[in-house]
Amino acid sequence: MAGEATKALSNDVLWGGGRSPFSISYGKMMMWFFLVSDALTFSGLLVAYGFARHATTDSWPIGEEVFRALPFIHGDFPLIYVALMTAILIFSSVTMVLAVEAGHRMDKKGVIKWLFLTVIGGAFFVGSQAWEWSHFIHGGGGYITTADGSKYWVHNDDHDTHDPANAAGFHLVKAMPGHYLKPAEGDHAHVEGAEALALWNERVAYIDGANMVRNEYGPPQYANFFFFITGFHGFHVFSGVVINLIVLLMVMRGVFHRRGHYEMVEKAGLYWHFVDLVWVFVFTFFYLL
Amino acid sequence: MERDDIIEYSLDAHHGEEEGRRIRRKIWAVTGLLAVVTTIEVAVGAYWKEWFDASAWNMIKLLYVVLTLVKAGYIVAVFMHLGDERRNIRAIILLPYALFILYLLWIAIWESNYVHHLWTEFL
Repeated sequence: MAGEATKALSNDVLWGGGRSPFSISYGKMMMWFFLVSDALTFSGLLVAYGFARHATTDSWPIGEEVFRALPFIHGDFPLIYVALMTAILIFSSVTMVLAVEAGHRMDKKGVIKWLFLTVIGGAFFVGSQAWEWSHFIHGGGGYITTADGSKYWVHNDDHDTHDPANAAGFHLVKAMPGHYLKPAEGDHAHVEGAEALALWNERVAYIDGANMVRNEYGPPQYANFFFFITGFHGFHVFSGVVINLIVLLMVMRGVFHRRGHYEMVEKAGLYWHFVDLVWVFVFTFFYLL
Repeated sequence: MERDDIIEYSLDAHHGEEEGRRIRRKIWAVTGLLAVVTTIEVAVGAYWKEWFDASAWNMIKLLYVVLTLVKAGYIVAVFMHLGDERRNIRAIILLPYALFILYLLWIAIWESNYVHHLWTEFL
């Protein structure tokens, strides 16, 4: 909330119009230019995702069916974990803007407090994303494809994916044709005992979890987009945390207080808000739509 | 020697206690708004099938896009305080970006419609 600067300037240093056209410092303007180019990169990624999503409508996985787990708790929580991550990032954006505001009052203690909370929030987000990746890569047990092309989800009590057929409680659940995640309707969908073992033995493929080549959620591009978009964003968050940490240390050493202004906090803040802004779009276009 | 061709704007961004209180009220108001919008999005995303039938999906998609743009607008205008900058700086940041992205969106929707048509007709 810097507002436009209101310095009275001598006409000798101004352009022909008699007033400064931008009233913004060099550093802030360059940060904005960088953010515009970075925004174009992210837009390119999301538009590419949208292209694949739109062209393949029916066989594309749906966010609320893929992401429905929470760490430490068993159960079914569609999108709750992603919503939690969104909330963490938005609140760390709020603490950042409060740090900038404190900087404009030359309130060093306030800047340290809010910037510290911002770093904590960012670290929580990066950690959450690591868990999300791990969960996505390990998957929920995987599915087999049989010779006639039908898919069966593999279940057992131990979540064993190396030798699931010999684990306790082994059974298969037929997946809806053309749809990767939805179990088929009716009694025949649930297969147990010798029948399940026979299907397992004549499988043509067992796909479990996710990697760059194939995944249990849908087309290979789905996991590739997930890794690339959330990975690229996660790397931005990580570098933002590092930048915020460096700025925090400089604030604590009184560098900006001696300089007479906290514009560095504001510039780091612009980057941090941008990271939050990108997540708002990733959240909508990758998880919700 | 003091150079007169570099204008130092950084020192003018300061404000007093009274102004600070007003700004903080605005920050918390926007925080509340972003939290409410995200809650609505998640609730609709997780439970819309129980609330509406499948024909509502296109309207919900549109709702998501609108709500996302509202959130993005508040983040850019208030948190990144672009709304307080001079009109020139807002224009040189937003207009070139909008120009590229609107074209990219148009061509992506057009082409993906065509690819979808090809796949459903000939595969």
